[in-house]
Amino acid sequence: MTYIKPKFRHPEMPKNRVGYAKSDYEGVISTLCAGCGHDSISGSIVQACYEMDIEPHRVAKLSGIGCSSKTPNYFLNNSHGFNSVHGRMPSVATGANMANRDLIYLGVSGDGDTASIGMGQFVHAIRRNLNMLYIVMNNGCYGLTKGQDSATADAGSVSKSGSVNPFEGIDLVGMALELGATFVARSFSGDKTQLVPLIKAALSHNGFALIDVLSPCVTFNNNPGSTKSYDYVRDHIEALAQIGYVPEKEEITVSYEEGSTVGVELHDGSVVHLQKLADGWDPRDRQAAMRRLQQAKADGEILTGLVYVNPESKDLHEVIKSDLRPLNSLKEEDLCPGASTLEILNEEFR
Amino acid sequence: MQQLTAINDLVVRFANVNGTGSASANNMFAMSIFRMGIPVTAKNIFPSNIQGLPTWYEVRVSEKGYLGRREGVDLLVCVNPQSMKQDIASVKSGGYFIYDNTKNLHKDFIREDINYIGIPMIGICMRLYQDARQRQLFKNMIYVGALAALLDIELDVVKGIIADEFKKKPKLIEPNVQAMMEGVKYVQENYDSPLGLRVERRDLVGDSIVIDGNTACGLGAVYAGATVAGWYPITPSTSLVEAFAKYANRLRTDPETGLKKVAIVQAEDELAALGMVLGASWNGARAFTATSGPGVSLMNEFLGLAYFAEIPAVLVDVQRGGPSTGMPTRTQQSDLLLAAYASHGDTKHVLLIPSTPTECFNFMADAFDLAERLQTPVIVMTDLDLGMNDHLTAPLKWDDSRRYDRGKVYTAQDLDALSAMGKQFGRYLDVDGDGIPYRTLPATHPTKGSFFTRGTSHDEYARYTEDGVKNAEVLDRLLKKWDTAKDITPKPEFYQTANQSNIGVVFFGTTTYAALEALDLLKQEEDIVIDAMRATAFPFHESVEQFIEAHDHVFVIEQNRDAQFRTLLINELEINPKKLIKILNYDGMPITAEAIRRQIVGVLATV
Repeated sequence: MTYIKPKFRHPEMPKNRVGYAKSDYEGVISTLCAGCGHDSISGSIVQACYEMDIEPHRVAKLSGIGCSSKTPNYFLNNSHGFNSVHGRMPSVATGANMANRDLIYLGVSGDGDTASIGMGQFVHAIRRNLNMLYIVMNNGCYGLTKGQDSATADAGSVSKSGSVNPFEGIDLVGMALELGATFVARSFSGDKTQLVPLIKAALSHNGFALIDVLSPCVTFNNNPGSTKSYDYVRDHIEALAQIGYVPEKEEITVSYEEGSTVGVELHDGSVVHLQKLADGWDPRDRQAAMRRLQQAKADGEILTGLVYVNPESKDLHEVIKSDLRPLNSLKEEDLCPGASTLEILNEEFR
Repeated sequence: MQQLTAINDLVVRFANVNGTGSASANNMFAMSIFRMGIPVTAKNIFPSNIQGLPTWYEVRVSEKGYLGRREGVDLLVCVNPQSMKQDIASVKSGGYFIYDNTKNLHKDFIREDINYIGIPMIGICMRLYQDARQRQLFKNMIYVGALAALLDIELDVVKGIIADEFKKKPKLIEPNVQAMMEGVKYVQENYDSPLGLRVERRDLVGDSIVIDGNTACGLGAVYAGATVAGWYPITPSTSLVEAFAKYANRLRTDPETGLKKVAIVQAEDELAALGMVLGASWNGARAFTATSGPGVSLMNEFLGLAYFAEIPAVLVDVQRGGPSTGMPTRTQQSDLLLAAYASHGDTKHVLLIPSTPTECFNFMADAFDLAERLQTPVIVMTDLDLGMNDHLTAPLKWDDSRRYDRGKVYTAQDLDALSAMGKQFGRYLDVDGDGIPYRTLPATHPTKGSFFTRGTSHDEYARYTEDGVKNAEVLDRLLKKWDTAKDITPKPEFYQTANQSNIGVVFFGTTTYAALEALDLLKQEEDIVIDAMRATAFPFHESVEQFIEAHDHVFVIEQNRDAQFRTLLINELEINPKKLIKILNYDGMPITAEAIRRQIVGVLATV
């Protein structure tokens, strides 16, 4: 099945500072099921990139295998995309980033792709603090193979066929925190007002940014008894804070009540404003974040928002001290030591 | 009693305990002979262990320049009581057994047909040194000195090597020289020296160097401009990436900022190692990884993706003994079929098969050019013998006028020109008719040239398709590319200007050393002349089929059980399989000329 999207654009369509209309950030028409949460996330990615004035071709979008991993085709058509193999997107993103530190790396994965087959690569990308945004479109089930439970399905959650999941679900947010991730957030595909600023903040973060987005599967996991259905998530969601993202160059136009917000300045000078909902809440406190997460779990709440951020984060390139220029831009003159040096080396082997 | 006599034609085997510093002492012994201008080769026969198990180091000295392993030990240096019984048994009749006579040898260890030379290594150490580690290390130098006296190695040469070895810790030079001289002194005072078995200065090594294949591959990757390496440690490939890191750090670090023009990441496993290579290559960097058979097994998935999505990748497979975990510290050429057809579906991969460290260096540089030219994985097939053992080899050469072949990559200007002509960029369009399409790198152009790389079936524009005919067209084009590869990969080497015999022989990689020696033996001692071809690459150049066509019988010599190279020939070429006679060795030790000669003579007696 091939969908062709009309290329006609209204000439009056507003453009952002880099001269692109919002439609320039779109992809081909989605082939996912109508109402799929993933499509809403794609929409939020489009919105965030447009509002952040990102040049689409400066983004590299990568994914693994599964419904979620198809989505890079549905946004940012002028970006290069890499739909790799199941669970292996983190290593491909690592290599791509090693080759060119100047691009924006956007990885999209699902709960099967991340929490099962890709768990090994996922945790190591976190450990290395690879500078990328890693979005998990988390629906607790395997959509493309028709609805099997995934490793993030909660124990006791009921599938469409009526079977009850007997195994403990993996909480990617808690695990990422434990592993030392430097930007950890959770959101809900149906909550654009939260998700868009989170994506913007994550893209501004210098290091590995995880956003675990609950994204109900309308076809296989939106039934009563499922803990990843639209209804269940809406009923149990608890946002940590209302979020405002302010790019470096802009004046703060959102006004918050004195003392009610925390502003976190990110690597590129932009600021995330969090309107406190919980007393003493500071997203820079990792231990507090872990405690709060445990509390929410005990209370049966789904905690969303920016759970933790380390604004001082150093990415992989800073750790391994690689050249400031993209390595893929270096030429023979930079890289090849030449014949005369080889003569010296030969002498060392005599 | 008979005493073996020979000049510059001998095998010395050291029996040591691993983890005792013996390797560097043994290396000094071999390098001394090299610096006396005599061809020499060394093989480290080591356990998969860090400390305490038997390890051997075998040095072959050959005036004729034969660099393969030779059967039979002329002189054994016994420093390991654990393996003494088997070591004594390994000495040729009339040969020499050097042992520590600080304590008397039990009568069970006495053979009437070999010559025992006792050196009180422990006794001398106990007398001279207080510290246990010193006693250990200087014991090694004592036997090096004793050997120098027995075999007539020039002492100034040994001293020069000690000075080079401890260049960075000059305080250690004098004590090591003294320990070495203690060994010399003991031999001179107690035995008639030198022995009839000895060395004599020659001028036979020219400007050769002594280097292992892993180091040469690592240096090759530096010269080829590799900037990204993802890797996972595995014997026997580990030292390859370590060599790359060492030389890249040394030659590509900015002295002021400390920043490096290289990014090396130790991956969580071999899957991720190759994933990093694909990501980096897709993004326009030259990237590689190195592994051994078990790693290639894990990399199958990504190799299939790279083949089908047409992403350059360079991989070195330093083969070891298989199957499964197998013999991690022994050599084989048993990954050929695995590498050639790695991954599910119709896949095949370009293999380059070097046979010397010099060729390792050259083929690494070629591998990056070929991978980018062909947009496909190129696997450099070495083995443990080539990778980890020192080899006498021609010096490494680089032509400063050489330019990297970055392959068919459209720039922003190319894309603008294309659209000015009213043409659309198609990632998988065969524009030139050679099966190789043009690619673009991420961020090349704001609005043109982007595409979606995928392992799913796709059309010429990289769009997903379930049209089976379209998919078959892609598979056919990949075959066309395969044909293109046949003419741009390294050509086979022929050892005669014109065929002289109705019998031919094919070999490759480290088998070459023994095969060439065997051909000399057959000619000189059996009067059998055989035409020889050394294969260097897969797919096969047309001259490979022509060579086989031109002979009635063709021996295929290789170091695996299943005659895998023979299978490749049968699978890829229109030839009569009956012509191909397998000559094999798969005991994990490098094949010898004698083994080849025995098998060929045996077969020829029946045909």
